[in-house]
Amino acid sequence: MTIEQEVTAPPPAKLSINQVSKTFRTKRGIVHALDQASLQVAEGEFVCLVGPSGCGKSTLLNLIAGLEQPDEGTISADGVTVRQPGRERMMMFQESALFPWLDALGNVLFGLRLKPGLSKGERLEVARYYLKLVGLEKFQHANLHELSGGMRQRVALGRALAPNPRMLLMDEPFAALDALTREQLYGDLQRIWEQRKVTIVFVTHNVREAACLGDRVVLFSPHPGRIREEFKINLPRPRDINSVALAGYATRIRSALKAHMQDAEVAG
Amino acid sequence: MKRGLTAGLFFVVLIGVWHYAYEAKIWSPVLVPSPESVGRYLWDITGDGTLWSSTVVTMKRLLAGYLIGLVAGIPLGFLTARVQALRDTVGVLALGLQGLPSVCWVPLALLWFGQTEGAMLFVVVMGTLWSVILATETGVRNVNPIYIRAAHTMGSHGVHTWATVMLPASLPFIVSGMKQGWAFAWRSLMAAEIYVTILTGFGLGHLLHYGRELNAMEQVVAVMLVIVLIGLLADKALFSPWEKFLHRRWGTGK
Repeated sequence: MTIEQEVTAPPPAKLSINQVSKTFRTKRGIVHALDQASLQVAEGEFVCLVGPSGCGKSTLLNLIAGLEQPDEGTISADGVTVRQPGRERMMMFQESALFPWLDALGNVLFGLRLKPGLSKGERLEVARYYLKLVGLEKFQHANLHELSGGMRQRVALGRALAPNPRMLLMDEPFAALDALTREQLYGDLQRIWEQRKVTIVFVTHNVREAACLGDRVVLFSPHPGRIREEFKINLPRPRDINSVALAGYATRIRSALKAHMQDAEVAG
Repeated sequence: MKRGLTAGLFFVVLIGVWHYAYEAKIWSPVLVPSPESVGRYLWDITGDGTLWSSTVVTMKRLLAGYLIGLVAGIPLGFLTARVQALRDTVGVLALGLQGLPSVCWVPLALLWFGQTEGAMLFVVVMGTLWSVILATETGVRNVNPIYIRAAHTMGSHGVHTWATVMLPASLPFIVSGMKQGWAFAWRSLMAAEIYVTILTGFGLGHLLHYGRELNAMEQVVAVMLVIVLIGLLADKALFSPWEKFLHRRWGTGK
């Protein structure tokens, strides 16, 4: 296999979530993290899951990743039921889950080392390709503490993309960054997504971020975690987070979110 | 370069002060030997091979016991971190025994093993083991769970996760445990060598002990100096590279 083939984006995955429920036992009792959630995600779609904390959006992401199993219902990627984590679905985490004992390149290489059929040289070449894609080719030997928060999340994005997944699961990846850095990364993420058309499920509590990035925004409400409403964002890309049209969408989603929160409180 | 000069100057001044204190005859020359006599003694034992042979005997004991302590301690630490039942048993035992000054193992070792190399080895292992177990356990329990989840999503499982994630992630703790274990082992070995004469090997502790028996203060001071130097060298050779790596990667310390 040549490097060109190795780094060529594979066809994106289709995701099907059917009637999925998940409860957790904690010291304070049973928490219904997710209640009868159903969602279909098309190949190459960018879907944002939005809601306040405790609404089950991160739980759903972990279930899709295969890190946890649903109590009820099924999740399938391309028709195959998800039972464990897999290279086709890579996850990028909220706080930087990068490994501090490795440099930037070492982090991107970690997943590649576990991918069969690649020689040492090929792995290096692939890793460098992805570091370049996220704009960090000059920082391959940098230690993580020498990088800014934004650069670290770029490394994390490179690491998630390197095994060439068909789906990318992102758990509030930009939450800890300052606004300016975030805006830059919105641009980068949209560019990379346009280029590779990988299916993305993106979890955030930031409505504006969701409207900026998603083809579709799925609204959750907490206690128990439920999917409430969906919004299609019909705006051309690349989108600017500060555009007026986008602000309009964000306002509508935010007021819907408030209404559902009140419903949930009354019901709860 | 400048730091080296400062350090050099400091020690030259220290020896100078020592020399003049000796010349001034403030204390009896039996209690405070001159730096010259200490130097002469060091020169002599270097020349006749005593220094080298006793250092080798001591270091062999230390390294053998230390390695056994590490090889047993790191896996045990991993296990106590992961298995609740082991944490409640071995973990508590380790915590208790680590608090025991390692010199206290000497009488027991002598009764169990007699005046043999086995007794020496036992004392060193006991000095090392508990610190390493506890540090490894703390290290593993402090590994951010997000690292493990990230590793799982990238296809890492079981032994691979332990070797490539858990172990390096807990390295800062393990290295400090290794350092503490080394210090404990070194101290307890010296105590054992001072108190116990073992015919199979004549170590630095014995040399120090005979200095006292012979009232040869220059021998006592010289051997103490050697012990200090070995401690410093061990720190530089064994732990400095690890600590430099940790500081570079984690960005801690300076």
